[in-house]
Amino acid sequence: MNLQDMQPIIRVEDLHYTYPGDEIETLHGLDLEIAEGSFVAVLGHNGSGKSTLAKLMNAILLPTSGRVYVDGIDTADEDRLLDVRRTVGMVFQNPDNQIVANVVEDDVAFAPENLGVPSAEIRKRVDDALRTVGMYEYRLHAPHLLSGGQKQRVAIAGVLAMQPRCVVLDEPTAMLDPVGRREVVATVTRLCRERGMTVVLITHHMSECVGADRLVVMSEGRIAADGTPREVFSQVELLRSEGLSVPATTELIYELRRDGYELPLGALSVGECAAAIMAAVKGA
Amino acid sequence: MDTVIKVEGLSHVYSEGTPFEKTAIHDIDVEFYSGQLVAVIGHTGSGKSTFIQHLNGLLKPTSGRVYCEGEDIFATKEATRDVRFKVGLVFQYPEYQLFEETVYRDIAFGPKNMKLSEKEVDERVREAARFVGLSEDLFEKSPLELSGGQKRRIAIAGVIAMRPKVLILDEPTAGLDPAGCEGILKNITDYRHETGSTVLLVTHSMDDAARIADRLIVFHGGRIAMDGTPEEVFKRAQELTDMGLDVPQPAAIASELRRLGAKLPESIYTSAQLHEAVLALLRKGAAD
Repeated sequence: MNLQDMQPIIRVEDLHYTYPGDEIETLHGLDLEIAEGSFVAVLGHNGSGKSTLAKLMNAILLPTSGRVYVDGIDTADEDRLLDVRRTVGMVFQNPDNQIVANVVEDDVAFAPENLGVPSAEIRKRVDDALRTVGMYEYRLHAPHLLSGGQKQRVAIAGVLAMQPRCVVLDEPTAMLDPVGRREVVATVTRLCRERGMTVVLITHHMSECVGADRLVVMSEGRIAADGTPREVFSQVELLRSEGLSVPATTELIYELRRDGYELPLGALSVGECAAAIMAAVKGA
Repeated sequence: MDTVIKVEGLSHVYSEGTPFEKTAIHDIDVEFYSGQLVAVIGHTGSGKSTFIQHLNGLLKPTSGRVYCEGEDIFATKEATRDVRFKVGLVFQYPEYQLFEETVYRDIAFGPKNMKLSEKEVDERVREAARFVGLSEDLFEKSPLELSGGQKRRIAIAGVIAMRPKVLILDEPTAGLDPAGCEGILKNITDYRHETGSTVLLVTHSMDDAARIADRLIVFHGGRIAMDGTPEEVFKRAQELTDMGLDVPQPAAIASELRRLGAKLPESIYTSAQLHEAVLALLRKGAAD
């Protein structure tokens, strides 16, 4: 594969952002590349700048200085705004704020209708998007009677109907119960693995980052850590100092290491963690 | 232990007599004791929200009774009104329900309705703000200027300021980051220790429930499926999983270790307990 094939779908260069009227900068010079087809989780506490970064990825906000390129297009180029929005779709936190129609399938059709897609094509895209998120059976239901997780999946279908190459989800599970959370994370993971769609998942739930290819930790408008979930979760002190928790598996191994037992910090899943402990018990 | 709330044969049917009729809770009997911190758990649609809305008279039972300090709360209009002050309910996302022009006035709204003197209202506002860690410097600000976490604290303070015997919070940490969750949970446990009030915490987080509750009540299909200490409830990990609920992560690790042949005590559900048990296991391994 040559370098041109590896062009990132999103490239962020020395990105600074200050909200209008604020004296303090929210983002202090970020550099970040998101590879096409990857699943990237962005973790950070409230006020770390992670949602601001998300909004800069599809030109809802424009950089104060620095550049954001989406598929090589500068997001500040007004003439190409539609191309940027077609390439990167956004899903927000509150499912009730992003559903516009009275019937599920009308809601999903809203964006392609606005893009002027022919109606036969819209029908096809809507059905396809609803099947992808597992909501086809509910296509004639009223959105307000669905559960939070179901509504969020309808919102994701609405974005899919635009056929973006990348979807950015800004804390899509914050208002959901554990079942709804699992539904949404399973759906976006499938989109990435089966359809090759780039997924950027902004969250503060550790458990949702475990399956990502890459985990970026934001802190005070900067990138504090960047690597595979295994690499990042091993940095227990750093995560704690950022006000983030670590998975119980990592926490246990970290404590046992402090007690003097040589255990691998990278054992992230419950199975790996238990196996590593049993090996140490038998080996001791 | 003194009983604060007693629920007898409580059922609630929504839209009774219409095609949309739905029984949300069936024939519930339960008692809550003075000073307990009870976690109320269940997935969406399990009936837990319907249940708690009966405890301060917001919903009227289809059948059954609710007693607060021995008095039937639906017996008279006055009793239903009084229970609103005795049993304080903080809804989900309460920050959307702030409406006054200043933080102070928002917190003071409840106690003012109790027809207390201005001095007493003032005392209560300051006390409630202290419980939730809100600085008095914020009193004259508009609630709308503050962050989401601060707004939520204001809403909780508004209920605490009524000095309820029972404080019910419906998912008070939903949508907050780990540091925000930690702060609110600490406020709640401190409040309970200092005032000796009964607290009911509706939560999806098994880890939070494991850490702070004395007693867990699990709703499933409109009934109470489990009621006991965290130890008793988390022993039934498989049943919880079958109900679509999580088990605390430390309990899941402990049960995997047992599956691999480790001998561990049954009551492991917090990180500290797990750490201690595994450490004992490793030391014993070394001694063998």
